[in-house]
Amino acid sequence: MKAKEFALKLGLTEQEYGTIEKGLGREPNENELGMFSVMWSEHCSYKNTRRELRKFPTTGPAVLVKAGEENAGVVDAGDGLALAYKIESHNHPSAVEPFQGAATGVGGILRDIFTMGARPVAFMDSLRFGRPEAKGEAGKRTRSLIHGVVSGISHYGNCVGVPTVGGELVFDPAYEGNPLVNVFCLGTLRHDQIRRGAAKGVGNPVFYVGAKTGRDGLAGAAFASRDLTEESKADRPAVQVGDPFVGKLLFEACLDLYARPDLVVGVQDMGAAGLTCSTCETASRGGSGIEIELDRVPQRETGMTPYEILLSESQERMLIIVHKGREKELKEIFAKWGLDAAEIGYVTETGKVVVKAGGKVVAAVPARLLADDAPVYEREAKVPAQLAEKQKLDLKKILPDQPKVKEDLLKLAASPATGSRRWVWNQYDHMVGLRTVGKPGSDAAVLRIEKPGGGWVHVAMTLDGNGRWCAQDPREGSKALVAEACRNLACAGAVPLGLTDNLNYGNPHDPEIFWQLREGVEGMADACRFFDLPVTGGNVSLYNQSPAGPIHPTPVVGVVGKVEDGVRLVPGVFGKGGGVILLLGTQDSGGLGASLYLQEIHGVLAGKLGKVDLATEKKLHVLMRGVLKLTGVRSVHDVGEGGILWALAEMTFGEDSAGAEVALACSQGERPEEALFGEGAGRILVEVEEETVTTVEQLAKEAGVGCHQIGKSGGADLQITCGSVKERWGARELRKLFTESLPKALEG
Amino acid sequence: MRFAVIQFPGSNCDQDCVHALQVLGQEARLVWHQETKIDPEEGVILPGGFSYGDYLRCGAIARFSPIMPAVKAAAERGQVVVGICNGFQILCEAGLLPGALTRNEGLHFRCEKAYLRVETPASPFTSHYVTGETLTIPIAHGEGCYRASPEILQELEAQQRVLFRYCNAEGQVVPEANPNGSSHNIAGICNAQRNVLGMMPHPERCCEVEMGGTDGRGILLGAAGIGRKI
Amino acid sequence: MKMKAIVTVTLKPSILDPQGEAVAHALQNMGVKGVQSVRIGKHIELEIEGGDEKALRAKLEEISKELLSNPVMENFHLDLRAGG
Repeated sequence: MKAKEFALKLGLTEQEYGTIEKGLGREPNENELGMFSVMWSEHCSYKNTRRELRKFPTTGPAVLVKAGEENAGVVDAGDGLALAYKIESHNHPSAVEPFQGAATGVGGILRDIFTMGARPVAFMDSLRFGRPEAKGEAGKRTRSLIHGVVSGISHYGNCVGVPTVGGELVFDPAYEGNPLVNVFCLGTLRHDQIRRGAAKGVGNPVFYVGAKTGRDGLAGAAFASRDLTEESKADRPAVQVGDPFVGKLLFEACLDLYARPDLVVGVQDMGAAGLTCSTCETASRGGSGIEIELDRVPQRETGMTPYEILLSESQERMLIIVHKGREKELKEIFAKWGLDAAEIGYVTETGKVVVKAGGKVVAAVPARLLADDAPVYEREAKVPAQLAEKQKLDLKKILPDQPKVKEDLLKLAASPATGSRRWVWNQYDHMVGLRTVGKPGSDAAVLRIEKPGGGWVHVAMTLDGNGRWCAQDPREGSKALVAEACRNLACAGAVPLGLTDNLNYGNPHDPEIFWQLREGVEGMADACRFFDLPVTGGNVSLYNQSPAGPIHPTPVVGVVGKVEDGVRLVPGVFGKGGGVILLLGTQDSGGLGASLYLQEIHGVLAGKLGKVDLATEKKLHVLMRGVLKLTGVRSVHDVGEGGILWALAEMTFGEDSAGAEVALACSQGERPEEALFGEGAGRILVEVEEETVTTVEQLAKEAGVGCHQIGKSGGADLQITCGSVKERWGARELRKLFTESLPKALEG
Repeated sequence: MRFAVIQFPGSNCDQDCVHALQVLGQEARLVWHQETKIDPEEGVILPGGFSYGDYLRCGAIARFSPIMPAVKAAAERGQVVVGICNGFQILCEAGLLPGALTRNEGLHFRCEKAYLRVETPASPFTSHYVTGETLTIPIAHGEGCYRASPEILQELEAQQRVLFRYCNAEGQVVPEANPNGSSHNIAGICNAQRNVLGMMPHPERCCEVEMGGTDGRGILLGAAGIGRKI
Repeated sequence: MKMKAIVTVTLKPSILDPQGEAVAHALQNMGVKGVQSVRIGKHIELEIEGGDEKALRAKLEEISKELLSNPVMENFHLDLRAGG
């Protein structure tokens, strides 16, 4: 086959082929084209989104490693402590082999974190599927996907001994043909332990460590950069299988290695595009070259071609460059952990990645051309034709004349969409490591981290996404996400330090989809700037569409923060009762546009989310952190999906929680359903002791934030009045529905 | 007292055990699975985790590791040996405790708090408690369903070697409170000499208020030979 | 008539088998020599009230493919015989 033909077959464009030929000054061979096809895929090069990603704010006083510099971003958490964290998607692999897809997703993000020199201390996952209660084949498939993905995460995470401490699980028909599996990992390290993935020092040896190479996931990165079709199942490469035991050995061995002074020059994990990606990226970062001999690569299968070895995506492998003369130390450490460590090459000054097999050169490519000179495209963006129509909302046509709030809440409580996620997080070891403060299911996860000098720092983190909001208004929806994530952290008394994003969208060649992406990025970027929140990297996952159409535009953000000194952490549920319930922030419900209520109760996705007032939001967060330093604060919960009524109901779902009696404002011309179920931003519910009320009111006044007494906790019922509506539910009954809905949908 | 916390390559609760012991004022050192010596004065802890990946059968490979003869010798000498979670599985595979731990009846891994009824104070590990006392101690396992032949179960019961059983919050040993299907709701047993304990729940995870409870302290302090403060 | 079906599920040759790798490694550590590789699969026995053998075989092929194995990464072998 002619080189050009082969290039096109691999998914490179004619123009891209031209650039390669020009860059090399000759016709590329098949190995080289294979390398280009993966390195220049969207997954590795962000060629379609790079222009957009530049819009994110990436700097700030806390940033130690910026977005795009290395495998993960690193921020300063004070006292010499740093946090390395990142989110990554494994959507396509999970769609075809949910267990291994999710497991290798966890393994991949784990490697990104310990590559930075950090000890991984927590995972979170953001999962999106179709409706598990759907009838027929669709429901069956969704349920089996959920079982597979959850057990895959559980299998890998539990075995490596890193707790999975939270996340989200969303069911929406929009993800039926294309589930989303986004995994997040946090690691901790001292500032002086940060590692770089650069190949420096001519003559330094390049080591391959970890599992052997097989034909796993050949060209998986290219696979991730295409639509999922009916044929996807068949034309897929060999499934990558995760080996968490080896994953654990690998990170312990690497951490041992890093602890030796001045031993390691550079480290890079072999993820997508394996050996190709790790050699050209380290060489490019180091401004150097690398020469490797494939015969020295540990191989699991026989008869592998250079092409296969270069593009294999076998898991649990790393590339490590050490100082010349220190080879023995590295080998000893990996022998202790029972892992392969093979010296496969050395650093050169040529600026080229030179690959040999049996002593013969099989590929020679300028590292920079491969790693950094991928084309950057300006994609066409167009406002979706249907958008204006979708954003219209005529409540008169949807809501009944007389509100049926009693039934509405019962239905909401019985829906798998809102049900307790205990079924999921019970399958994850969320406690190993003795750092998890509080259980999953809270607004934010909180970990205690040992300070370099002793004592603890408390770190909070959250994952948030909302495809519904973003489908209806990508810009405001994305802003609202960032606001919600920061609000979640505020509920744990934490100041946000950094954000990692996973942009899940459909095919970028569709201008309407590209518009969604651009709007989303700009909305997020605006909000981040407002909260002084640097974006330290993340992942872009495009082509998330099935024959049924694209997914909702679904950016997912992971925000990490540091709990302020003096904050007392409180639960998100009521205790024994007798507290005063305050609504901090606005009384504006934001209306029912894009709400969970409309979708769950009336089967309608319409309207759009109310505008987010970022200035007020920011003040609210400052106030919240202040309030948490007071004594007499009993519980805190933010108002999000499902609105204020759902938030109140959730507060009664603790094991021994009391009910509550609450009166809520319903403004003129507003339907009670709007006041109760609207998902407008900027609201937090706080339960305090009677004597603390005036102090909170005073603080709120000084902060210029609303503070409204709306009721009291106590009794066995949840009672509300709102405009014409006066209803009462048995808290125990609601809790039962809430607890049982998910297990019922999944296990029948 | 000093403890040797055995570190298999896939152990992941080893550091947690060291931390909990230190919080309780005890000394702890990590002992790599390829070592062969345990001090005659030391207590031994086999921590939780996935010793060698545990793909074949939990603990199946670990029993052949170089440190195990030393663990056996320590047990025979009467030193305390505590196997927690994966450690319990290893003790069973190694024949230091009878029976086996099989896949949870519900097939899922379960990580949650469990209520345990103390069945007898007659062991170092339960010396801090009274019979019938209810403890809250987390579990985190996929293969914690205790199985043994009827004869062995009878022997365990007759010799009061069942130290902990799963119960409900009220302390009743009922089937609904059994998280994994264990025979007789067994959560922890000891050997006939009463110096070797195997238990699925994790006492090291509840020795500090910030971790959600302190009910595990008595077990570890008891293992260290420290009596209950009155 | 009672039939017995034995379905053996094995990983396709190219698929990594962490289980087998761990056992191979352990054998090596125990000093067992000469073991080139270990691959672990599943052995599934079904007892069936028989009927038309051809139809039964087709049905078993289907469930082996749909449920008992994952064709994406596993092969299966079906053995159908008389007797319980």
